Amino acid sequence: MSADTAATAAYIVAALLTVMSLAGLSKHETARAGVAYGIAGMAVALVATVVLAAQSLTAGGVALLAVAMLVGGGIGLWRARVVEMTGMPELIALLHSFVGLAAVLVGWNGYLEVEAEGAAQTTVAPELLGIHSVEVGIGVFIGAVTFTGSLVAYGKLSGRMKSRPLTLPGKNALNLGALVAFAALTVGFTVTPSLGLMIAITAVALALGWHLVASIGGGDMPVVVSMLNSYSGWAAAASGFLLDNTLLIVTGALVGSSGAYLSYVMCQAMNRSFLSVIAGGFGVESGTSSGTEEGEHREVDADAVAEMLAEASSVVIVPGYGMAVAQAQYPVADLTRRLVERGIEVRFGIHPVAGRLPGHMNVLLAEAKVPYDVVLEMDEINDDLASTSVVLVIGANDTVNPAAMEDPGSPIAGMPVLRVWEAKNVVVFKRSMAVGYAGVQNPLFFRANTSMIFGDAKARVEDILKAL
Amino acid sequence: MRIGVPREPGGRETRVAATPATVVGLIDLGATVIVEPGAGERASFTDDAYAAAGAEIGDPWSADVVLALRTPDAEHLDRLAPGTTLVAMVAPARHPDLLADLARRGITVLATDAVPRISRAQSLDVLSSMANIAGYRAVVEAAHRFGRFFTGQVTAAGKVPPATVLVAGAGVAGLAAIGAASSLGAVVRATDPRPEVAEQVRSLGGTFLEVDVQQEASTDGYARATSEAYDARAAEIYTEQAADVDVVITTALIPGRTAPRLLTAADVALMKPGSVVVDMAAGQGGNVEGSVADEVVVTENGVIIVGDTDLAARLPAQASQLYGTNLLNLLKLLVPEKDGRLVLDLDDVVVRGVTVTHHGEVLWPPPPISVSAAPSAPVEPTASTPVVGPAKPTSPARRYALIAVAFAVLFAATAFAPPALATNLTVFVLAVVIGYYVIGKVHHALHTPLMSVTNAISGVVVVGALLQFGQHGPVVSILAAVAVLLASINIVGGFAVTRRMLAMFTRGPS
Repeated sequence: MSADTAATAAYIVAALLTVMSLAGLSKHETARAGVAYGIAGMAVALVATVVLAAQSLTAGGVALLAVAMLVGGGIGLWRARVVEMTGMPELIALLHSFVGLAAVLVGWNGYLEVEAEGAAQTTVAPELLGIHSVEVGIGVFIGAVTFTGSLVAYGKLSGRMKSRPLTLPGKNALNLGALVAFAALTVGFTVTPSLGLMIAITAVALALGWHLVASIGGGDMPVVVSMLNSYSGWAAAASGFLLDNTLLIVTGALVGSSGAYLSYVMCQAMNRSFLSVIAGGFGVESGTSSGTEEGEHREVDADAVAEMLAEASSVVIVPGYGMAVAQAQYPVADLTRRLVERGIEVRFGIHPVAGRLPGHMNVLLAEAKVPYDVVLEMDEINDDLASTSVVLVIGANDTVNPAAMEDPGSPIAGMPVLRVWEAKNVVVFKRSMAVGYAGVQNPLFFRANTSMIFGDAKARVEDILKAL
Repeated sequence: MRIGVPREPGGRETRVAATPATVVGLIDLGATVIVEPGAGERASFTDDAYAAAGAEIGDPWSADVVLALRTPDAEHLDRLAPGTTLVAMVAPARHPDLLADLARRGITVLATDAVPRISRAQSLDVLSSMANIAGYRAVVEAAHRFGRFFTGQVTAAGKVPPATVLVAGAGVAGLAAIGAASSLGAVVRATDPRPEVAEQVRSLGGTFLEVDVQQEASTDGYARATSEAYDARAAEIYTEQAADVDVVITTALIPGRTAPRLLTAADVALMKPGSVVVDMAAGQGGNVEGSVADEVVVTENGVIIVGDTDLAARLPAQASQLYGTNLLNLLKLLVPEKDGRLVLDLDDVVVRGVTVTHHGEVLWPPPPISVSAAPSAPVEPTASTPVVGPAKPTSPARRYALIAVAFAVLFAATAFAPPALATNLTVFVLAVVIGYYVIGKVHHALHTPLMSVTNAISGVVVVGALLQFGQHGPVVSILAAVAVLLASINIVGGFAVTRRMLAMFTRGPS
C-alpha cells in the first residue's frame, strides 16, 4: 500500500460518506446522522489529502497550510455561530461565492503550472495538453460565474444592493454572447495558451455571473440560491477534472446535480421554466402589471382577531418573508401554543418559495420551537383550507394571490398558490397596502372574508397574544 | 353641533333614531343631544334613561342635525331652519317630489336607506339592519299564525312532521328568515335568482332550489330583474312548491321598482288550508297575488296571507338599537375630528351616496359605483413580455429522442477521449445520477439544511488547492493557500450552521 493507493481508498470512503450524507438529509429522522456522515467524509478526505501533499512539502509549507485551514475554519465557525436565522440566506450565498473563488484560484494555478510554462512543463503529457487547457477554461469559467453570481445574490439578500431586477436591453443576447465569447476564447486558449486569453475568460465569466443574478428579482431568490449551490458543485467537479482527482469529481457532481434537482423542484412550485432559470432570464415578468387598488379592504384590530381566533376550531398560519423581516416567529410560536392549549387545531401552510431561501420559513419556525409535524407543505394543506375557520397570513403576499389561479393575464398566472381565500375567515398581516415582490395587486385583500391588520407583524401578533 | 331626536309620528312607527347607548356615542363626537319627550317610549327607552346618558330633553326641531326614521310631515319640516341636516329614511327613488320640496327648503338630507353596498359602508347600512329584523319577525309572525309546530317531534301522542318553509329571495331578510325558521326546527327551502347565494343559504341550514336558467351577474350587490326564461322556470318551481310547503315567506324586492309577482292566486289556491304566507313586499305591490299591505287576508281555501309592512318596527327596542348604531356610525364618518363639526365630504362615495339634497340641489341619484363583491372583468396584460405559461409536458417520443441524443453525445465524448478523461467522465456521470436520486424525496423543511450541507461539501475543492500547494513556485502556492483558506471557511461554516439548524427542529408532543 503506497500513499497514493491509500489516498485513493480514502477518497472512495469519503465519496460514499458524502452520498450517505445527502441521503440522510432527506428526512428529519436521519438528518443529524447525515451531517455526521458529511463531516466524517470531509475529515477522511482532508486527512488523506494532507498526508499525500505533506510528502513533498517542507515543514514550513505544511505549517502554512495548517494555518490557512485553521484560520478559515475559525472564521467559518464564528460566522455560523453568530448568524441570525433570518440572515441565513445571505450567509449561504456568501459561502457559495467562496467556493467559486477557490475554484477560480485552482483553475489559475492549473494554468500557471502547465500552460504558462510552455514547452518546459512536465506535469501533463503533451498529447493531453489540449484537454488540460479546456479543463482550465471551463473550471475558471464556472468558478467565476459562481463567484460573482453569489456575491450579487448576497448583496441583494442583505439589502446592500437593490433587489429590483436589472433589465439591460437585450439581456438574453448578452448572456448568449458571453457564452459564445467564452467558447471562442477557450478554443483560442487551447490552440495557443496565453495570459491575455486566460484573463479574458475570467473577465467574461465574472461579468456573466454578475449579470445573470443581477437581472433576477429579489422575490425569486430561493431559486437563485439553490441554483448557485448547484453551480458551486459543478465548479468543484470542474476542478476535479483539471486535477484528475476522483473525489472532487464525485462530490462536485453530487452537489451539482442535487442542487439542480432542488432548483427544478422549486421551479415547478412556481410554474417557471427550469431552463430560463439556469439561463438567468427569469423574473423578467416582475413588475409588468400595474399595482392599482381594486376595491375596498376591511381593517380590523388585534382584539377582533383575538376574538375570531378564540371562536375558531381550526387555524392555519401562512407565513411569508414579512414574518422573517419582523422577526415575528417567536410571538407566532407563542400564539400557536396558546391556541393549542385551548384545543384549537393549529397548523402552518408553507409555500415552497416562501421567504428568500428554500425552506426559509421552516428554519425560522424551528428556531422558535414550533413542532415540525404541524408545519405542512402547500400541497398537504391546500385541500384542508376550505374547512378552516381562520387563516392568518403573516407577511405573505404573492404566494396567497388568487390572481395566480383566476386571472390569466396576471404576471404570476399559473403559479400554484395557497388557496387561503377558501377559508371562512382570512386575516392578513401587512405593513401597508403595497404590492408584493412580483409587483402584482392581490385581490385577496378585497375579498369579503378577508380582514387586514396593518403594522409590524411582530407587534401585531404580540397585541393579539395580549388580547387572548 | 346640536343633534335633535324627535318622537316619531304615531301610527305603526314604534322605533326611535337614538337610544341611550348611542346618545353616549354622539356626545363623544362633541355633539349636544336633544331628545323630544317620550321619543323612546314605545321602544322602552324612558326619558330618564336618555337624560342619564347625557341628553337634554326638549325641542329637537331647532337642532342642527335631526335624526329620524320616517321623513317628518310638512308641519314639522316647517320648523327646520334652512341649512339643517336631516337624517332619515326618505326612499329617494320613490319620492322625487319630496326631494324637490326638501331641496327648496334648503335642508341637507342624508337618506339612511341610500347607503351604497360596499364593505366599508356595511356598518351604516340601515336597510340591512332592518331587513335582518324583519326577516326574523316574518318567521315569528308565520309561526304565530301557523296552527302547528315548526319542528318535528315524536311524542307519546304520536309523530309530528316538521313544517316546511319556503323563503323566496335570499337577501338579508331572506337569510334572516332562513336562519330563524331552521332554528325553530322547520325544513327550509330557499330560492334566489343569484346562484352565488346558494352557499349562504346552506350555511344557515336551508336547501337552495336552483332555477337552472342562465342569469346575469349582479354588479351592485342587489338582485336584478330577471329574464323571461328564468321567470317561466321560476314560476313552475313556485307552483310545485306551493302545493308542498306549509309556510311561504317572500322577500323579493328590486330597488326602485314594483315588487315582482312570485306567487299567483292559482298557486295560493294550491296551498293546504292553514298554511301561512308572509309577503314582506306587500308595501311595494306584493310578491303574492291577493296580499294587502298592513292587513291579514284569509283566502277561500283557508290560506293566511300576512301583508304587514312594519315587521321591523314590531321589535322596537332591537330595531332602534341597530338603527341608532347605524346612525352613530354614519356620524362618526361625518365628524372625523370628533370636534362636533359636521364635514360633508362629497368625494367620499359613501357620503355622496347618502346625500340626496344639499345647498338647495337634489343630488339623487348618485353616480354609480360598482361594489367590490362584483367579479371584475379580467384585465388585459399591460406589457408585451410573454408570460410563462404552465410548463408543457414533453411528449414521450421527444423525451426518448432527447435521451438518445444525450447518450450518443456522451458515447462519442468518452470514446474519443484519452483513457484518463474517460475514467473521469464515467465517475462524473454516475455521480450526477446518484446525486439526483439520493435527494429525490427530500422533505421540504430540510431544503435549507440540505443546501448548507451541500455547500459545505462543495468546499471539497480545498483538496485541489492542497494538492497544488508547494508544487510550483511561490505564486501558485500563495493562490493555493488563499483557496484553502476560503474553502475551509465553507466547510466548517457549512457544517456548523447545518448542525445549528437541525438542533432546532423538534417534533411535537404527539
